[in-house]
Amino acid sequence: MEISFKQVSYTYQPNTPFEHRAINDLSMDISSGSFTAIIGHTGSGKSTLIQHLNGLLRPSSGKVNIGSYQLHAEAKLKGIKELRSKVGIVFQYPEHQLFEETVFKDIAFGPSNFGVDREEVGGRVDQALQAVQLPEELLDRSPFELSGGQMRRVAIAGVLAVQPELLVLDEPTAGLDPKGQKEMMNMFHQLHKQKGLTTILVTHSMEDALAYADHVIILNKGEKYLEGKPEDVFTRQQDLQKVQLDVPEVIQFITNVKDRFQVDLSYHGQTIKELAEELAAIVKGENRYE
Amino acid sequence: MNNAFIIGQYVPGESIVHRLDPRTKMIIIFMFVIVVFFANSIWSYGLLTVFSLLCALTTRIHFSYILKGLTPVWFLIVFTLLLHLIVTKEGEVLFRIFSYPIYSGAVAQGAAISLRFFLLIMVTSLLTLTTTPIEITDAIESLLQPLKKIRFPVHELALMMSISLRFIPTLMQETEKISKAQASRGVDFRTGTAKERIQAVVPLLVPLFISAFKRAEELAMAMEARGYQGGEGRTKLRELKTDRLDIIVYALFAFVVILLFVIRD
Ligand SMILES: Nc1ncnc2c1ncn2[C@@H]1O[C@H](COP(=O)(O)OP(=O)(O)OP(=O)(O)O)[C@@H](O)[C@H]1O
Ligand SMILES: [Mg+2]
Repeated sequence: MEISFKQVSYTYQPNTPFEHRAINDLSMDISSGSFTAIIGHTGSGKSTLIQHLNGLLRPSSGKVNIGSYQLHAEAKLKGIKELRSKVGIVFQYPEHQLFEETVFKDIAFGPSNFGVDREEVGGRVDQALQAVQLPEELLDRSPFELSGGQMRRVAIAGVLAVQPELLVLDEPTAGLDPKGQKEMMNMFHQLHKQKGLTTILVTHSMEDALAYADHVIILNKGEKYLEGKPEDVFTRQQDLQKVQLDVPEVIQFITNVKDRFQVDLSYHGQTIKELAEELAAIVKGENRYE
Repeated sequence: MNNAFIIGQYVPGESIVHRLDPRTKMIIIFMFVIVVFFANSIWSYGLLTVFSLLCALTTRIHFSYILKGLTPVWFLIVFTLLLHLIVTKEGEVLFRIFSYPIYSGAVAQGAAISLRFFLLIMVTSLLTLTTTPIEITDAIESLLQPLKKIRFPVHELALMMSISLRFIPTLMQETEKISKAQASRGVDFRTGTAKERIQAVVPLLVPLFISAFKRAEELAMAMEARGYQGGEGRTKLRELKTDRLDIIVYALFAFVVILLFVIRD
C-alpha cells in the first residue's frame, strides 16, 4: 500500500492547558512493498504517527493517504473498518490485548470481526501460528498460561491472521531475549518478502533498522529529522548524535578503523562477518608488502 | 475522548490558591457549601458570586477552562431552572409562553437555585483544579485524625484513596491503549445493537482487569520490600503547614461570612 503524509500535525487535548503537539507539519511518502524503519528518541511521536495509519487518530491538520483511503481533520472516514482489515498494527507490548479463553479463539478474533468465513478462519489461524513458530498444541490452551514470549507471539499471530497488506510494528521485540528478538525480526522480514507486504517498523535498534529496512525515517520532537536509505542516514553520525541517537555498530566500527588506521572500508551493507573478512584481507595484504 | 479526562484535573500553577495549605482550602470550601444556603437576597447572592469569581481569578487558570470543566453539570443547572419555571406558581404572572404563565416567583427561585448550584460546583472544582490528589489525601488524613480515637482506620483510608487516585490516570491510559488495539482488530465500540456493544466491551474489560490485578500485586510486593507496615511510626515526607497566608485567607473568608449575615434579609 502506498502511503503519504502531507503536512500532518496532531495535537493531543487541544484547547486545554495540557495541549501537546505530538506531530508537527510532517510530510513523507512510503512506497508500496517497502520496508520502512521509523526511529526516534522516546516521545518523538512514533506511536502517534502510526496510529494514523488505520484511522485510530485523525490528523489535526493535513492529509494522510493510505492506499485509496484518505484521512483529514474535517470528516470521519466512511470505510474505516475496511481500512483496518488491510492495515495490521502490532502495538507496543501486544500481549496486553489477549483476552479469549483459548489461543485459537484469540487468534481467530480479528478475522471473525472482519467477516471472514468460519472455515477460512481455521486455515488462517493455522497459517498465522506457523508464521510465529508456535506448536499447534498451544491452540487449546489459555493464552494466560503461556510465557511472556509465547504470549507476544500469539498476539502477533492475531494480527497476522487478518492478512493485512500493510503491517505496522511498534517495537515488536521490546522486552524479549536476544535470541527471541532475532528470530522475531527474521520472521517479519520473511513475511515481508513472501507476502509482498508493505512493512513499517518502529524501533530503537539501529542494528535492526540497518539489517532489515530499505528506507529509514528519523523523527525528532514530532518532526521529520532525516530520511533516506539506511546506509546514507546512518553514516551521518554527527546529525544522529544531535538527537541522541547512536550509529549502528558496524558503521561505528568502520568509522573507528578509519580514524585509527586511515583505512577506509566504506559501508556497503556488509554483515559483521563480511567486514571481518574484508579487514583480514587488508591486514594480510599489508603483511605481504612488508 | 480526551476531553472527558480533564474535568477537574489538577492544573499545575504557582498562584496563591495553589500554595494554600490544602486543609485551608478544604475547610473553607466546606464552610462555603453551608454558607451558600444562607443567602436569600440579591445582595447576598451577589456577594457570594463576587467572592467565588475572585477565587477563580486568583487561581490564574483560564476562566473558560474552569467553565469547560463544568460541562457535565450545565445540563443539571438548566434543568433545575426550567423545572422551577414550569412548576412554581408564586408572585405575579410575568409573561406567557404559548399561553403558559410564567410567574415572577418562579424566575426568582429558579435563578437563585441554579446560581447556588453553579457556585457550589465551581468552587469545589477549584479545589481539584489547584490541589494535587496527594495533597487532598494528606489533608483528609490530617483532618480526620480525631477519628482515630474511636479506632477509625484513618491512615488506611487515606492510603486507599491515594492509591486509587494515583492509578486513575494509569487505568485511563490503559483503557485507551487496549481499546485502540482491539479497534485495530475490528471491534466496533460505537455502532451496532445493544447486545453487540455489550459484547464489544468484553475484549476491553478482560485485559484491563488482568493488568489491574497484576499491578496491585506488584505494588503490594514493592511496598513490602520497602518495609511498609502501616501508619504506626511512619514519618511524613510532605508536612502540611498552616502559615500566614492561610490565616489571612481564613480572616478574609470570615469577613465575607459576617458581611453575608449582615446583608441578608
Ligand atoms: N494520549 C495522550 N495524551 C496526551 N499526550 C500524549 C498521549 N499519547 C502520547 N502523548 C504525548 O505525545 C508525545 C509523543 O508520544 P508517542 O507515544 O507518539 O512517542 P513515541 O515516539 O512512541 O515514544 P516511545 O519511544 O517512548 O514509545 C509524548 O510527548 C507524549 O507525552
Ligand atoms: Mg511509542
